[in-house]
Amino acid sequence: MTYASHSHSSPDAIDTPDSIDAVDTDRRQFLHYAAAGVATVALGGGAVLTTLTATAEPRTTPVTSTHRWGMLIDTTKCAAGCDACVTACERENGLNLQQSPTDDAADWADQQSAWIRKVTLRDNLTGQVTQLPLMCQHCAEPPCVDVCPTGASFKRADGIVMVDRHTCIGCRYCMMACPYQARSFVHQPVAQKLTQVPRGKGCVESCNLCVSRRDDDRQTSTACADACAASGQGAIVFGDLNDPNSPLHQALAQVNSRQIRQELNLNTGVRYAGL
Amino acid sequence: MKRIVYREWRIPPSRYWSLLALLAAVIGIAGLSTLYVEHHGHWVTGMNNSVVWGMPHVFAVFLIIAASGALNIASIGTVFGRTVYKPLGRLSGLLAAGLLVGGLLILVLDLGRPDRLIVAMTTYNFSSIFAWNIFLYTGFLAVVIAYLWSMADRKGWPYNYSIGSFAMVWRLALTTGTGSIFGFLVGRDAYDTAILALLFVAMSLAYGLAIYLLVLMFSFNEDQRPLGEVMLKRLKNLLALFIMVMLYVVLVYHLTKLYGAKYNDIEHFILLGGGVYTLMFWFGWIIIGSIAPLVLLYHPDYSQDRNWIATACGLTIAGGFAAMYVVIIGSQAFPINMFPGKTIVAFGAMTEGNLIASYLPSLPELLLGIGGVAVALFITAVGVRVLQFLPESLADNVIDPHYKAS
Amino acid sequence: MAVTTPHFKFTGIAVCILAFFSQILFSQPTLAADRIGEYVVPSSRAAQVKQCVEPADHMRRYHMELIQHQRDATVRHGIRSTKYSLSNCISCHTGHTAAGAPIAINATGQFCNACHAAAAVTLNCFDCHATIPSGEGWNHEVAQQLLLLPPVSEGAE
Ligand code: HEC
Ligand code: HEC
Ligand code: HEC
Repeated sequence: MTYASHSHSSPDAIDTPDSIDAVDTDRRQFLHYAAAGVATVALGGGAVLTTLTATAEPRTTPVTSTHRWGMLIDTTKCAAGCDACVTACERENGLNLQQSPTDDAADWADQQSAWIRKVTLRDNLTGQVTQLPLMCQHCAEPPCVDVCPTGASFKRADGIVMVDRHTCIGCRYCMMACPYQARSFVHQPVAQKLTQVPRGKGCVESCNLCVSRRDDDRQTSTACADACAASGQGAIVFGDLNDPNSPLHQALAQVNSRQIRQELNLNTGVRYAGL
Repeated sequence: MKRIVYREWRIPPSRYWSLLALLAAVIGIAGLSTLYVEHHGHWVTGMNNSVVWGMPHVFAVFLIIAASGALNIASIGTVFGRTVYKPLGRLSGLLAAGLLVGGLLILVLDLGRPDRLIVAMTTYNFSSIFAWNIFLYTGFLAVVIAYLWSMADRKGWPYNYSIGSFAMVWRLALTTGTGSIFGFLVGRDAYDTAILALLFVAMSLAYGLAIYLLVLMFSFNEDQRPLGEVMLKRLKNLLALFIMVMLYVVLVYHLTKLYGAKYNDIEHFILLGGGVYTLMFWFGWIIIGSIAPLVLLYHPDYSQDRNWIATACGLTIAGGFAAMYVVIIGSQAFPINMFPGKTIVAFGAMTEGNLIASYLPSLPELLLGIGGVAVALFITAVGVRVLQFLPESLADNVIDPHYKAS
Repeated sequence: MAVTTPHFKFTGIAVCILAFFSQILFSQPTLAADRIGEYVVPSSRAAQVKQCVEPADHMRRYHMELIQHQRDATVRHGIRSTKYSLSNCISCHTGHTAAGAPIAINATGQFCNACHAAAAVTLNCFDCHATIPSGEGWNHEVAQQLLLLPPVSEGAE
């Protein structure tokens, strides 16, 4: 068994996200095969594994505020009954490996981790129905960061709001403070998890804009945005809010968008159109 | 006023040890249920991602604010110079310390990762009101100990007034800080107001005194120490006054919330349509916890009867728990108002009709909370037994120099 | 290094197994008395390379600091490429069953466990961190590229 095949067609014990090809960009696929190929060659012929080093350079320097990651979600394109983004998020982050410890489905519905939620709204006056995905809004002034007693809840230089689960004590004050109910507490021991996304009982977690992808130059999107595009909706545009040439910036320039709970002035990184 | 003599609590050993054993058993059970929750994770509690703070926090916040209220009696004696209250000061300090430790213990044991307490003690985020509260709480203990020393030790007497005043300021800061834990939560409609801090101060006065009065009556009764009518009448009138102040602040709180349309939904929920929370509010907090004690405390006959006074204290405390339940849990159960003018039809796994988050306290979390109360009482019981906290007598002729037997 | 010949492999494994058993038979409570490298699990990739990410005696003494430093660098600053990543330790040090399936690295007798048990250290890292390489963590790819991870040996017994 080669190392690469081990990594990509994983041991039977774990249901890995590899099987969804839809979320993988072609480029990633190529890299997978290339890696597998090279490893195989190495096994057979003793070639030296230097081929990929030049292209695959994950981050070696600390993140800076040059980028500010964000999203534009066009609710007019978000289809009823579609939950591609939710499924993709779960697969990317191993949330689909969660197992209910309880028989009570209703309890579990509100105790399991949800990093992204599909929300349906009905206008009180007109009755118009709106669909949208709701996740951590990556505020520039995040209330969760303000209230965290240990500083575990923090904002990375590139605008990603996340939890350092090595200092999180599980007090849940950030969940009280979050205006979007975007955070989840891990209510049960986690038996199965992905190497890339460690998670465990007693800490708070939430959307981190696929942070390990952000630290890899080969990746340009999030799992949810990829899935939304692949399912034909294209309602989610991910990108750099600071870069005037980024597709996100251009998309934002073209539509009317707003922040959820704009009145709180949190300057969210996730913006909504058609809301 | 005669010289006040303080003596250790001298109830018969068998009675004393059974009391301690009972408290220790309750604490032990609470310890076991904590281990149970820590082992399995919080899914065995009623708490979830919507109602993230549950029964343990109801107990903890109640005990913490009651701690600061219990210290109030000492302040009245020292700072406001009401000499009649001076003999009550020592017990007031002890009870305050006990209640605070009980409350903090609950908070700590309910953490998702209590094993990382050391992290909480060593890394601080100073923009967090929670982090400040850690200082307020530990500082409170230190201040109370200094205060007790200044009351008990002759060398401390000269500092009694200044320490007492400092303790009073600290105590107010502590309750304000605790209230602000909720008051600064801009994201939640029920909390987003500074009046909450004021409400917590008012509640602390009433609940702290109710607990104090119960403990005082119980310990004096057990030890056959005289507790005169004069003292009792003063304390019960004070309790009635504090309850009325609290009711007034509750009124102001809801009036400010009702003014303007922004908070109409949550107000409607708490005051009218919130099921168990509405019931808790009107029946628990207002009727049982405030009106009923007021009636008892002012009733021409009942207010003369010690059993009824004790009942009034008990009702006030019960009302306090109901109040905490409404303030802490009711406000979380109601969905956050993210989309004004729109109705949320589905929110992830939740759909219209059950958007109100469900919360049903489970036994382990309830036991944890009760354990905290037991810790507070345990500390008090040990304190009064080994040190001279309780005055020998609070009979009318002891506390009041102008008293004439009629 | 490139690829070890089967013959070499066999001796290497045999030595490791011997070392492993002698460790069980003559185990000393003091770490200092153990032979460097003897905790390396024979069926792990580590058994087939000569070196750890740093010299082994340095690793013995300082691996916690290296990992902890890496932890903050990764979580707070997004630095993911250095060799001290925890997932990297796991990719190289995980043992395998005869069938080639990975064994949890913190399982009794496995790499991170055996030595810690002897030294009475308990870790909570694996509450959250995967104990076998799982999912498509690119850290594995990186590990592979940077450190020339060898393949898992077949039927290491
Ligand atoms: C409560 C869960 C949790 C616990 C317990 C935990 N970690 Fe982590 N760890 C994480 C998460 C989440 C990340 C972040 C991964 C990311 O940002 O991609 C992480 C990342 C890391 C990283 C950087 C990524 C890598 O693979 O190198 C290191 C190193 C690390 N942890 C070390 C440790 C060590 C050592 C311990 C035990 C002392 C530990 N962790 C315990 C959750 C945890
Ligand atoms: C490329 C494979 C590889 C990686 C990656 C790797 N190691 Fe090692 N490790 C080895 C080898 C091989 C040895 C044995 C070296 C020797 O015998 O001199 C070793 C030895 C050790 C030892 C000493 C064991 C003993 O019995 O003396 C420790 C401790 C250790 N590694 C910890 C780590 C940690 C922690 C990490 C992650 C930061 C890590 N290793 C990553 C290959 C690796
Ligand atoms: C050769 C023995 C040995 C091996 C193998 C070993 N460790 Fe350790 N480790 C120790 C010792 C000894 C300590 C305690 C050091 C101390 O307390 O100063 C320790 C401590 C640690 C700590 C810090 C614990 C704390 O409470 O702060 C971490 C993290 C750690 N090891 C991770 C690992 C990981 C991950 C592996 C497997 C890849 C591993 N170790 C393998 C000997 C070992």
